[in-house]
Amino acid sequence: MTGTKAAAPATEYSAGALAVRGVRKVYQGSGRTVEAVRDLTFTVGAGDLACIVGPSGAGKTTLLKCVAGLLAPTSGEVRLGDARVQGPPPGMAVVFQEYGRSLFPWMTVGANVELPLKQKKIGKAERAALVAQALDSVGLQDAPAAYPWQLSGGMQQRVAIARAIAYEPKVLLMDEPFAAVDAQTRAELEDLTRSLWRKLGMTVLFVTHDIDEAVYLGERVLVLSASPTVVMEDIDVDLPAEREQLTTRALPRFAELRAAVYGHVQRAKTFHSAAAAAGAGDRP
Amino acid sequence: MRVHQRADTGRPPALSPAADRPPDPPATAVPAPAAPSAAARLRAVPDAALGVLGIVLFAAVLELLPRLGAVPAKYLPPFSEMLGALGDELGSGAFWTALLDTVEGWAYGLAIAVVAGTALGLVIGSVEVLRKATASTIEFLRPIPSVALIPLAVLVLGTGLGSTLLLVVYAAFWPVLLQVLGGVRDVDPVARDTAVGYGFSPWARLRHVVWPTTLPYLMTGLRLAASVALILTVSSQLIIGSPGLGSEIARAQSSNAIPRMYALVLVAGALGVCVNVLARALERRVLSWHTSVRTEARA
Ligand SMILES: Nc1ncnc2c1ncn2[C@@H]1O[C@H](COP(=O)(O)OP(=O)(O)OP(=O)(O)O)[C@@H](O)[C@H]1O
Ligand SMILES: [Mg+2]
Repeated sequence: MTGTKAAAPATEYSAGALAVRGVRKVYQGSGRTVEAVRDLTFTVGAGDLACIVGPSGAGKTTLLKCVAGLLAPTSGEVRLGDARVQGPPPGMAVVFQEYGRSLFPWMTVGANVELPLKQKKIGKAERAALVAQALDSVGLQDAPAAYPWQLSGGMQQRVAIARAIAYEPKVLLMDEPFAAVDAQTRAELEDLTRSLWRKLGMTVLFVTHDIDEAVYLGERVLVLSASPTVVMEDIDVDLPAEREQLTTRALPRFAELRAAVYGHVQRAKTFHSAAAAAGAGDRP
Repeated sequence: MRVHQRADTGRPPALSPAADRPPDPPATAVPAPAAPSAAARLRAVPDAALGVLGIVLFAAVLELLPRLGAVPAKYLPPFSEMLGALGDELGSGAFWTALLDTVEGWAYGLAIAVVAGTALGLVIGSVEVLRKATASTIEFLRPIPSVALIPLAVLVLGTGLGSTLLLVVYAAFWPVLLQVLGGVRDVDPVARDTAVGYGFSPWARLRHVVWPTTLPYLMTGLRLAASVALILTVSSQLIIGSPGLGSEIARAQSSNAIPRMYALVLVAGALGVCVNVLARALERRVLSWHTSVRTEARA
């Protein structure tokens, strides 16, 4: 695949380069096999921010779990830096789609953010500093003593993000993290994500089904086809690095990119029926 | 899965941990844990009053039935006579020894059952192969009524505390084991993925994810087991004759001291109430973060 950004902002982690090669995932259930992902190949350079869009059920979550080492691909491989991903690699954090269930309700917000750091064997003082800093950067400096269930949905999502960035990952995977929050919060969280990415310089793989969001956030947009999934298109987002909700979205280039991605997504939905018509289909 | 497990125990866990993750949590920002509302306080007073009224009415019926000749006083002495006998009991050392024996049998039996049920439940529940391999055995052993083991217990362990313990442990073990198994199975896949993704060791996952998820189930199991253990303690003493309230009840009956027999039965009942209150208090304390407790505080 082409389009890997050469210019990465801030720190350069060569270890943060991500390569997905020929990944295929078939779910083998009792009496039901689903080919969620057929053949995905792409690379994300260290320190890049790539958005993945695709229709619901396209296998975006499946792909992310394979990248995170939580699922073993049926065939193909995922490489992080120069090592093959076989289990959850150190230095990778995932923000799950179901953030409410990903926070532990029996722990306070502070403890939720701190626990992964404890597992990483970070000293107490440094942990406290990291937790405070992370909560501060998501605007939740007053919440460490609260329980997740005492917070609003958007606040819970910010806790999940704070937990991920306190972990200081080289690679951050985010699975439709803002799907369930209101437009205002969503805009704030988008800007937060971009500013954290620019500040910390990690590799970010951001899954969404929102085309605007993908163009606004990403340096690159990968369009997936409907299930069984392949990468249909890889689009470079050549918008200025400094983005702002109103002005950036008003740029003519934004509209062009948005239209381009929209076109590809529309095509993605019918991609396989077209292929099937050509006699190449073995859809489930 | 939980449905299946409910059908098994016939008693749904009062706490259903899945409910604890509301899809759209309250939008309020960081409130202090809800204090009982004014409405709750208003309702709480009549509740308690009604409870007392119920007990008074029940006592009155017990008093009147024999006095009016509706039942022979020989078999059901008036409530006041039972109370008189109870007063005599409270003054006798033998009664207190018997009570202590019963509490002791209950506590040891329950402790052993809870520790064993929890440990085995966590191990079996965490290892898929073990869970599948033991499922049918558990289904076979569990329904065996503990009292059916009395001949065996007496044969092997005699008529002392050992026999009582065997029966109590056997009966109290199953609710704990089944609840813990259900709890381990209820671990949220997203929570598990989160822990795995952040590189938690298996021990850390058990400690920080599986254990807190299981705890509400364990508390339910503990509450069920506590009642069952008391029932088994008293009945094994009654049948085997090992020292305790049960054997005192049997003795009172055989020596025709009917009011005394009822007095002891009342004590056994009171003990049951205490056990339940204790178990619920513990449950509330341990699970302050849990929905069932949270909403209880608010309702
Ligand atoms: N554990 C599983 N077992 C069997 N099939 C699964 C499993 N998880 C996902 N699938 C199937 O794989 C396909 C892709 O699912 P996936 O969750 O990856 O989609 P997605 O792109 O994340 O969708 P959404 O945008 O709705 O989150 C779906 O057809 C789904 O039914
Ligand atoms: Mg998904």
